[in-house]
Amino acid sequence: MRDVAVVGVNMIKFGRYPDKDVVRLASEATIGALKDAGCTINDVEILVSGNLYQSNAMVGQRIMKEIGATGIPVINVANACATGSTAFRDAWMSVASGAYDVALAVGSEQMGKMGLLGGGGGGDRAYRTEGVMGTGIMPGVFGQAGVEHMRKYGTTQEQFAKVAVKNHHHSMGNPYAQYQKETPLEDVLNARPVAWPNTLFMCCPTGDGGAAAVLMSAEKAKQYTTNPAWVAASVLTSDPYQERNPTMTDINTVTRIAAKEAYETAGLGPEDLSQVELHDCFATAELLHYENLGLCGDGEAGQLIDEGATAIGGRIPVNASGGLLSKGHPLGATGVANIVELVWHLRGEAGDRQVENSKVGLAHVIGLGSACTINIIKK
Amino acid sequence: MTQEATEEKQTKPLLPFIKVPDNYPDEEAYIWGSKCSDCGSQFLGERLACGKCGGQTFEEVRFSDEGEVYVFSVVHQGVEEPFVGAIVDLKDGPSVRATISGLDPAKVDAGYRDWFGTKVKMYIEKVATDREGNDVIAAKFKVV
Repeated sequence: MRDVAVVGVNMIKFGRYPDKDVVRLASEATIGALKDAGCTINDVEILVSGNLYQSNAMVGQRIMKEIGATGIPVINVANACATGSTAFRDAWMSVASGAYDVALAVGSEQMGKMGLLGGGGGGDRAYRTEGVMGTGIMPGVFGQAGVEHMRKYGTTQEQFAKVAVKNHHHSMGNPYAQYQKETPLEDVLNARPVAWPNTLFMCCPTGDGGAAAVLMSAEKAKQYTTNPAWVAASVLTSDPYQERNPTMTDINTVTRIAAKEAYETAGLGPEDLSQVELHDCFATAELLHYENLGLCGDGEAGQLIDEGATAIGGRIPVNASGGLLSKGHPLGATGVANIVELVWHLRGEAGDRQVENSKVGLAHVIGLGSACTINIIKK
Repeated sequence: MTQEATEEKQTKPLLPFIKVPDNYPDEEAYIWGSKCSDCGSQFLGERLACGKCGGQTFEEVRFSDEGEVYVFSVVHQGVEEPFVGAIVDLKDGPSVRATISGLDPAKVDAGYRDWFGTKVKMYIEKVATDREGNDVIAAKFKVV
């Protein structure tokens, strides 16, 4: 595989845009990324578009019609919450394989105000299983995942709540975040319960967004920049057999095998990371992934958050962007936006939330069901 | 009179891994599944192939009505009354998603440590009527 550079990135502020359509959101981000790269749509040889809810609606081709339909191959990707990061990986493969020199990855989503992520509802009432035979909605699933950690290691609800405190605090430095609001520990614990141990402030919002990245071969990148970011590893896994899965969705194994492969490919270990953007769709998930990604030993995640090690300024800052909890989680856009965030930090362009002297960043996304992507981006 | 109108009402399972015996309700419904003849892995309901080893021969198994609470959440989202949504490990069987009665959702903060490993027993309950007027039954769990 060839070295691949990330030359241009951009995202729009995540939020709610009832007056725009999803193509507009994606196109705004894409035009910004092309400008950032110093190239035009005419230089792009392949587009990979990640969008989940309109995955049958040719969003990629509609973006091309909006910004310049040049006749290049366009691939539309859907992979649950890992949709955007899978699009990024497909763009990376297109260049790494030698087939193309310039690829564009775009992630977009318009969720409107549809309520809590995966909150359930609908369907044939006679055959509704939620609440009758346990829970399968995302808040329930991620509540159970956290409770498993409590059972194994004695982790507390307060430790999970500290994730929300930290990430909402980080968002105060991120003008691209959907929500910028401090949530002290007491407020998090007293917020409306959603699915124990997660309260409302421990659940990510739904929303709209767009993000884009321009990837180039090393040779090509030299024509556009002297300071590219490099893709050190781009990994995608699905969840292997595990005894309780799929009755109990397993978000851990799928992440662990992705992390192992990513570190091996990059020739790096968790100790080499300057920062991490990981999939905190619910606060419980973040602590589990500290261990899954090797940021600490098994059973030590509670201690890691207690020590403040994952806050900006700590040993290994996690979700400097504010994470999904406050930056928002427009499904298709999320995985590309993580890359955008890391590139901004590597360039020193992350403003008030800048992780000092960031050299290597890891972006992790889980699509429940399950898909896991890990992208390691370095200077 | 049409053929449909003369048909008797049936009892239908909420999920396919609940078996309604021919002589139901004289014989109670139960949770059933497939045990891989090659590696012994057990699955709820029918399988084409084993998710662990790929084997394609199975023994049909009637699973136990008894189990233990592995993990849980108290789910408030989308329901009028919060419920305990658990993963129950069936005795000598696979795991199943379960709504548990006998654990008080309001007492989770103080009591959750004691909930792990709670012994539970499955019972069958009619939960709905479908559009054709058939009874729909579910497998629920209560603390023993």
